[in-house]
Amino acid sequence: MTMKLPIYMDYHATTPADPRVVEAMLPFFTQQFGNAASRNHAFGWEAEEAVENARKQVADLIGASAKEVIFTSGATESNNLAIKGVAEMYREKGNHIITCVTEHKAVIDTCKKLEKQGARVTYLPVQKDGRISLAELRAAITDKTILITIMTANNEIGVLQPIAEIGAIAKEKGILFHTDAVQAVGKVPVNVNEMKVDLLSLSAHKMYGPKGVGALYVRRRNPRVLLSEQISGGGHERGMRSGTLNVPGIVGLGKAAELCRLEMAADTERLSKLRDRLNAGLQKNLDELYVNGSLEHRLPHSLNISFAYVEGESLLMGINDVAVSSGSACTSASLEPSYVLKALGAGDDLAHSSIRFGLGRWTTEEEVDYVIDKLTNVVRRLREMSPLYEMVKEGVDLSKMQWVTH
Amino acid sequence: MAYSNKVIDHYENPRNVGSLPKNSADVGTGLVGAPECGDVMKLQVLVNPETGIIDDAKFKTFGCGSAIASSSLATEWLKGKTVDQALAIKNTDIVAELSLPPVKIHCSVLAEDAIKAAIADYKSKQDKDKGVPATAGHAQPNA
Repeated sequence: MTMKLPIYMDYHATTPADPRVVEAMLPFFTQQFGNAASRNHAFGWEAEEAVENARKQVADLIGASAKEVIFTSGATESNNLAIKGVAEMYREKGNHIITCVTEHKAVIDTCKKLEKQGARVTYLPVQKDGRISLAELRAAITDKTILITIMTANNEIGVLQPIAEIGAIAKEKGILFHTDAVQAVGKVPVNVNEMKVDLLSLSAHKMYGPKGVGALYVRRRNPRVLLSEQISGGGHERGMRSGTLNVPGIVGLGKAAELCRLEMAADTERLSKLRDRLNAGLQKNLDELYVNGSLEHRLPHSLNISFAYVEGESLLMGINDVAVSSGSACTSASLEPSYVLKALGAGDDLAHSSIRFGLGRWTTEEEVDYVIDKLTNVVRRLREMSPLYEMVKEGVDLSKMQWVTH
Repeated sequence: MAYSNKVIDHYENPRNVGSLPKNSADVGTGLVGAPECGDVMKLQVLVNPETGIIDDAKFKTFGCGSAIASSSLATEWLKGKTVDQALAIKNTDIVAELSLPPVKIHCSVLAEDAIKAAIADYKSKQDKDKGVPATAGHAQPNA
């Protein structure tokens, strides 16, 4: 099979839509184009039926009931709705939120905005493996805590948080628990009851669906979660999210969810082997490599490695026919090293030297081997050009250096 | 990140990568930058003691494509210049030659610093021979 260049290995940033998903969506643009809220004619009814079908497909993937799934424009909106919606609705009960330093900006910036409006937020640190400490979580809880929000899987390092254990603590204390499960849904088994979550965000374009659509799971029993809507209007989605539904997008999300549910086990088996092959291949060829985050509690298709003494941008320049990222896509506009890697305790220099690999449904063994070879050559070349590597090989302790900077 | 063709050329075909013997009396070494900032440059010059001309220059850089290109270009320009002519090289010349965008100007500044540090180191070695104390100006291993 001829390999296509450039190779895409940035599946955490986004994924191509599965052709079967696109096929399912197409009729809803020009043929079954009705507004799902048009109650009086067949155009509306058939759109509504398609939406309800998709709702069930999403619910089945996460072990929820269809009534508990709200459609949104994506996970950023879902995160905003969950966090702001709870903060407003439960403000009489308290104003303290617990989250984590490695959350996606959609969660962190939402929390920061609430802080400006008077809320108190605790940002739990992570340990070296990227996971929070359950003891620290317990210690942070107060009688004013109304929400715990911790992501299921991290977008930069792929690490999985102990969600079921967090859920158990939240349940015990009677606090609502939200999880941004964007990177986990469709990749690892996610069940809202086993995980004891009350709110869950997911996104279509991270699981081979279209961009611009996502969902928020909102628990209806034990307890019944209420949200203050963030977008007001016609009262759609049980009053929680107004706005004409993106029927083609929702149909796509549903189809993507169904395909993930059916193919997850096989995909996981294949991708974790490829991921391990990539890691093993690089480790065999190169020294001074550091995997960022736990290898044990990790998404099967994810790998984040620091290539010591080589700077990330120069590394990416050398592998310009491979699409990966250094730091996360969301922070690529800034020149600062990844805040997630810093939270792990990696020095700034290792954060600058990191590459994130995200494998996916169409990644092949040939592509993995190509990347191993290409990266090996580029790293070796750049290390020959690296004064830091030279000093380390001469036995200089870089941590004791006095550097001259502006 | 759109790189100019010249930056790409220096990245793919860097000139004068390598090291000169640090302890030689005719070699000046400049080590500037810091790993936390993502930029470290080591620049060395070999000065002909009779003519005062830089016969050879070598560099090693930890940094982005623009940093590598700036230091590679610096070594190209240094060869054949006198020590005083080397000190006249400005970062703005490097920016112009490589068409560096504003966000990468600091790479050229670091290259100019590296040149000056290398020359200062060379001069301090000459002064030491004459009994003049060395001046600080580049990174020292352990305090």
